[in-house]
Amino acid sequence: MDDRGTEARSIPMARPARPRTVLVKRHGIVTRVTHGLNVVFVIVLLMSGLQIFNAHPALYWGEVSTFDSPWIAMTKAEIGDEARGITTIGSLRFDTTGLFGWSGREGAREPRGFPAWATIPSWRDLAAGRRWHLFFAWLFVANGLVYLSWTLLSGRLKRDLLPSRDQLRPSHLAREALDHARLRFPRGEDARRYNAIQKLAYLSVILVLLPAMLLTGLCMSPGFNAAAPWLTDLFGGRQSARTFHFLSAGLIALFVAVHVAMVVASGLWNNLRSMITGRYAIQAGEPPR
Amino acid sequence: MSLHRRGWLKAAGAGLGALWLAGCDRLSRSPGFTGVLRVAEKWTQGAHRLVTDRNALAKEFGPEHISTDFRANGTVRPQNPGYLALLAENFAGYRLVVDGLVEQPLSLSLAEVRALPSRTQITRHDCVEGWSSIGKWTGARLSALLDRAGLKPEARYIVFHCADTLDPFATDGAGGYYESIDLIDAYHPQTILAYRMNDATLPVRHGAPLRLRVERQLGYKHAKYVMRIEAVASLDRIGRGQGGFWPDRGYEWYAGI
Repeated sequence: MDDRGTEARSIPMARPARPRTVLVKRHGIVTRVTHGLNVVFVIVLLMSGLQIFNAHPALYWGEVSTFDSPWIAMTKAEIGDEARGITTIGSLRFDTTGLFGWSGREGAREPRGFPAWATIPSWRDLAAGRRWHLFFAWLFVANGLVYLSWTLLSGRLKRDLLPSRDQLRPSHLAREALDHARLRFPRGEDARRYNAIQKLAYLSVILVLLPAMLLTGLCMSPGFNAAAPWLTDLFGGRQSARTFHFLSAGLIALFVAVHVAMVVASGLWNNLRSMITGRYAIQAGEPPR
Repeated sequence: MSLHRRGWLKAAGAGLGALWLAGCDRLSRSPGFTGVLRVAEKWTQGAHRLVTDRNALAKEFGPEHISTDFRANGTVRPQNPGYLALLAENFAGYRLVVDGLVEQPLSLSLAEVRALPSRTQITRHDCVEGWSSIGKWTGARLSALLDRAGLKPEARYIVFHCADTLDPFATDGAGGYYESIDLIDAYHPQTILAYRMNDATLPVRHGAPLRLRVERQLGYKHAKYVMRIEAVASLDRIGRGQGGFWPDRGYEWYAGI
């Protein structure tokens, strides 16, 4: 037994471990690059998609447009001698002046489904919207294929995104749901991995919503319809596929909104750093909640 | 989060949003950037040619699916005096001219067009705006007409010159409607010059007396009021050089999506 050993033994055992900040490697280079590109691509696709939607701001179920009875439509209507934006969903009517149907600066309003700030370009131009949309659709698919093949081949999909067995216990899920509702995020060692709700959200976007966008988008193509008519049939017809294209875009927009809110609430700079440099700070030795 | 920080984040978000919008609008106006975006048309066309048999048929429907509210777009009644004179006598004096790079230029009456091998199909019409309608079309097979005229080897495209002036304000003389397709689509079995729609004579609003049906492409390719069919080697010298009225105005020439 030497002096150091004696010294070590003299440290009181009851002293609490002090949390210290450790930077852990969270995101690989492929994730960071494809995520960064996807931020641009998805925003362009959503906004140019709304430009295209505005060319006929109504949606239908089935193979064709039943012009008298869209399930949703955004129109301009004259009420008295005043123009209003009216959105109908089934038999419900909403006055959405300024947002849907009739929008723009006071005095310079115009009939359009979604307002100028939501579309690329901001003015009404279906041809330009289509150019943006179809070009970025190709980039989005290429980027998605790079990400998916890399994440599958490297085993990261399983390691990082599939919920582990302990995370799927009902008691664990219930606690996570409660923590989310109170905006309490995992700390300490728990923060090393994604929580189960987070994993399920990412997985459903990566494996369900984004592929659904591509498949329903392909159904918009009369050329591709001739190659694979069964795909359009699968969605219940061309106009149904257009509806699903719109709805899944809406769900992606919702995901992005919640995702960004969670990024801000759980530590904006730490999250941003992890998506830029790959390093994420956790408080090692901090007791998990 | 402190109020101060929340305000800062909001301001940063609004600033980024405004920058983004201004940037996208600026790029939309830039011919260089538009040129970059346009390469996607070639990718789409190449992909379609790759995955689709050149004779793959567009889906056909049963008569119970025919739309009762088939919408008419673009010109619904040409105002050109020549067309109105033909219409007044129910197209008795109409001649379909076939010329350009053909061995035997043709000038056919409607009766002669109706005597060509025909095809009837119930197909879905998909407008670039996003709506669809199903109609029943009967017409002369374009392939039979082109075989009758005999294409010269250097012919690459078939151009359809129409009776209607959709943009009367075009100062460069490119206000008339026209469209063009390549020979793969020209010889496709469903490519017809329709003279009947839904078991009746083709109505004026849908393109009487003859309307091109080129299934597998969007609605604006389906030229109405066809007066003259021209075989050409290049589209450069027609209209504004992009192969069609709408392609001259920023839409894709290949309208497979």
